Amino acid sequence: MKGSTRARLVAGMAALGLLLAACSGAKTETTGGGSAGGTKGTVKIAINPWVGYEANAAVVGYLLEKELGYTVEKKNLKEEVSWQGFETGEVDVIIENWGHDDLKKTYIQDKKVAVDVGPTGNDGIIGWYIPSWMTEQYPDITKWENLNKYANLFKTSESGGKGQFLAGDPSFVTNDEALVKNLKLNYKVVYSGSEAAIIKAAVQAQKQRKPLLFYFYEPQWAHAQAKFTRIELPAYKSGCDADPKKVACDYPPYVLDKIASKKFADTGGKAYQLIKNFKWTNQDQNEVSNAMTNDKLSADQAAKKWVDAHKDVWQAWIPTS
Amino acid sequence: MTAVPVAVGRRFAWSGWRRVAAVAAAVLAVAVAYVAFRGQFVLPHSDEGGTFRFFNTVRNWVDDNRNSSPVFLFFVNQIRLGVSVLFDTLQTVLQGMGWLGVTAAVGALALVLAGWRIALLAVAGFLAFGILGLWQESIDTLALTLTAVLLSLAIGVPLGILAGRSARFRRLITPVLDVMQIMPTFAYLAPMALIFLIGAPAAAIATLIYAIPPAIRITALGIREVPHASVEAATSMGSTRWQLLRKVQLPMAKRTIVLAVNQTIMMALSMVVITALIDAPGLGENIIQALERVNVGNAFDAGLAIVIMAIVLDRLTVRASQRVELRERAGRGSSVTRRRLLLVGATAVAALAVAVGAATPQGRDFPESWFFSFAQPVNTVVEWVETNLFAVTDGVKNALTSWLLNPLQEVLTTAPWWLVVVVVFGLGLRVSGLGPALTAAGCLAAVAALGLWQHGMETLTTVLVAGVLTLAIGIVLGVVAARSPRYAAIQRPFLDAAQTMPSFVYLLPAVALFSATRFTAIVASVIYAAPPVIRLVEDGIRGVPPTVVEAATAAGSTKRQLLWKVQLPMARPALLLAANQGIVMVLAMVVVGGLVGAGALGYDVVAGFAQREDFGKGLAAGIAIVLLGVMLDRITQGAGGRSAAEQAARHTG
Repeated sequence: MKGSTRARLVAGMAALGLLLAACSGAKTETTGGGSAGGTKGTVKIAINPWVGYEANAAVVGYLLEKELGYTVEKKNLKEEVSWQGFETGEVDVIIENWGHDDLKKTYIQDKKVAVDVGPTGNDGIIGWYIPSWMTEQYPDITKWENLNKYANLFKTSESGGKGQFLAGDPSFVTNDEALVKNLKLNYKVVYSGSEAAIIKAAVQAQKQRKPLLFYFYEPQWAHAQAKFTRIELPAYKSGCDADPKKVACDYPPYVLDKIASKKFADTGGKAYQLIKNFKWTNQDQNEVSNAMTNDKLSADQAAKKWVDAHKDVWQAWIPTS
Repeated sequence: MTAVPVAVGRRFAWSGWRRVAAVAAAVLAVAVAYVAFRGQFVLPHSDEGGTFRFFNTVRNWVDDNRNSSPVFLFFVNQIRLGVSVLFDTLQTVLQGMGWLGVTAAVGALALVLAGWRIALLAVAGFLAFGILGLWQESIDTLALTLTAVLLSLAIGVPLGILAGRSARFRRLITPVLDVMQIMPTFAYLAPMALIFLIGAPAAAIATLIYAIPPAIRITALGIREVPHASVEAATSMGSTRWQLLRKVQLPMAKRTIVLAVNQTIMMALSMVVITALIDAPGLGENIIQALERVNVGNAFDAGLAIVIMAIVLDRLTVRASQRVELRERAGRGSSVTRRRLLLVGATAVAALAVAVGAATPQGRDFPESWFFSFAQPVNTVVEWVETNLFAVTDGVKNALTSWLLNPLQEVLTTAPWWLVVVVVFGLGLRVSGLGPALTAAGCLAAVAALGLWQHGMETLTTVLVAGVLTLAIGIVLGVVAARSPRYAAIQRPFLDAAQTMPSFVYLLPAVALFSATRFTAIVASVIYAAPPVIRLVEDGIRGVPPTVVEAATAAGSTKRQLLWKVQLPMARPALLLAANQGIVMVLAMVVVGGLVGAGALGYDVVAGFAQREDFGKGLAAGIAIVLLGVMLDRITQGAGGRSAAEQAARHTG
């Protein structure tokens, strides 16, 4: 029949065409920073899913676009995939990195596709927290030695008779299991699994006066919504967390830093310089974070608000040459 | 498994009291062994497992060879390019037409294919995207979903037809489908991003992997359901296999194939949020952002857009196929001229709208003055619920946990592992036959070999409780819907909402009400898994031939007898598929459960995605989830009284 012969011919030619195209093979590497678009070039910033990160990215992105004329491409990725992006050329910069020594070793030292661009000026403080209402009723609860006394308060259906310690997102470094074991605390670590779940539980605990012992950190926008108090664990001394199984001391302050792909560092020009110069305080970041969460501004609006109010701070970041 | 029905599924057929005595003796032996060996051989969890390290080395190999190995150059990257081209085309076209063009085009399409009522629904739905202020994101999600669905159907329906006609192919492909459906996407999301890079192509492929199995399975079911008599009649008249397919099997399976299309769309839309974690464009990003800020209202807006899209696409496809069927039955007539006029008219209006939409900014960007968001009211309601209902929900959670979850978990985690394997083997033998029992026991032993026994038992507890609840609710509601079309029509949008509303939207209020616990995970699982079970049960019971129902009623059956003696037994294949899909969907939620406090395997998978050094553990946990799923499936597949192989042998053709 005519119809089917014609159809077969078309299909055959299409297959031949595909085959010819396939024979050339294809690599996955895309071109790095400085490609088409905008007057100056494109900067690809990975956006990790927490508000503090978005605050950094919002302000840096705003300045790159308005002051230096770059096009900024924001990509929503988790940390793991962002670092992969350095290798494939899809990501130019991570603007707030919490530790991740294993990723640094893999991508900076072994593969040499990324570089450390220095600190952001923010200090990450991780620790054990309780809702502040508890300090009014149990003033001595902030000392770790008394936690066993209050273990009953924190009992839940998941903690099997012991007190519950609520841990959060697995992408954060935690020493909680080791701490519970080594400090001989009558507690069980329950994994909430996500930052959102822990924020929800923490804010609810303070608002509804429920007991909760949980992993938390600063800078974090939820501190503006509800008050939390940090528990005093044994003081941190250099080297006390060298062996993750034997940790019995508090978390050290984290120097949050910026990571860029090597290609972007070499060819990024003024954009790279701006990012290298970018440095601000926890208070600055909280200002922008709060604007985005509690005042419900968009990232761009929050960035503009901060930029308009703090010209003295960001003027120093703009590269002069 | 041979093709001879008699030799298949040998089971021990003892009669009367001997069977009871044997079962009692077995139960007693298990109880004694449990008490004797309790707490021993429990395989405690260790993060340094050998299998975890092995998977890490695999990952490193992929990492190193991505740009040099021919497998990648000529195969993987071509696939990515193809998908990328398809998505980019769809996205450019849809974005370019503007809101006016797209809305008018969809309305015209719906009018021609499905009638004016659906056209109205489609137009209202698409306008809603704009009103919610989410037009761009909705179109991106639509383009991504269409890409995945078109590819799924193009590959899945032919494979489903093949599986429907060939029992051997079906046996071959079933384990593969199980893996694709049950393996949590989180477990292979990071390596997928490594192979296919990030963005829309990787997202489309991940969605495709998840959405193809229902296309294949339900199509296969539809082909197999074609009455044997019709097939015989056609063959005896001299049809070739191709004619048999085209003229008999496909038309008669059409209703079920439409259900396959429908379920594929639903599954594809359920992946919208997860793919946002690898930079997929669309509504998923809005939800993730809303979650970061713990703003349930914003998440609700985006979730609502997804639900609307699901409903519109679902109604469109279902109604379109119904009309085709009606028209075929009624035969061609004078309405042809009227339909041609309608087609021309609709095309003209749509073309005009597209032109205006593409050319003018008013037609392209949705007018902001029409914006309306549900965020504020939703947040108020949620806050009220969280504050006032906590006492009740907390009580329910504690009760169920202490009476059901904790005792079951205690037993499973303190029993020696070999005892549990033996019990599973015995259960499988009793219910399904030797082959499935061996598979089930083997899967469980493999979980132990992976080094994930403790976590596996904890997850199994949660899954069992959630599975039982899902099946109970699903069968009850499915039967009610099958018997009352009005109830079914009211229930359908709620089912769509429950299946497509991203669980992340209602997880935050769930955490507030039930805290970060296993119970929250169970609630989320039941909400997600019940709808397909309800639908399949409803479809199965409706599929019982009306002549049979009439004969039974004429013989004097009451409604209850009709249900229990006629409809349910005749709907057995659909019921079994419903049970199977219910378990699969519950397992699909194990990882989401890990995000809200269920711990165990779900949390391991999430950790694998979050920390590079835990990748091996995450992948192993994903495999363990698949093994548990296969185990549960093999045990339950014979619950109808015969093994699946026997049934397949009866359906040869």
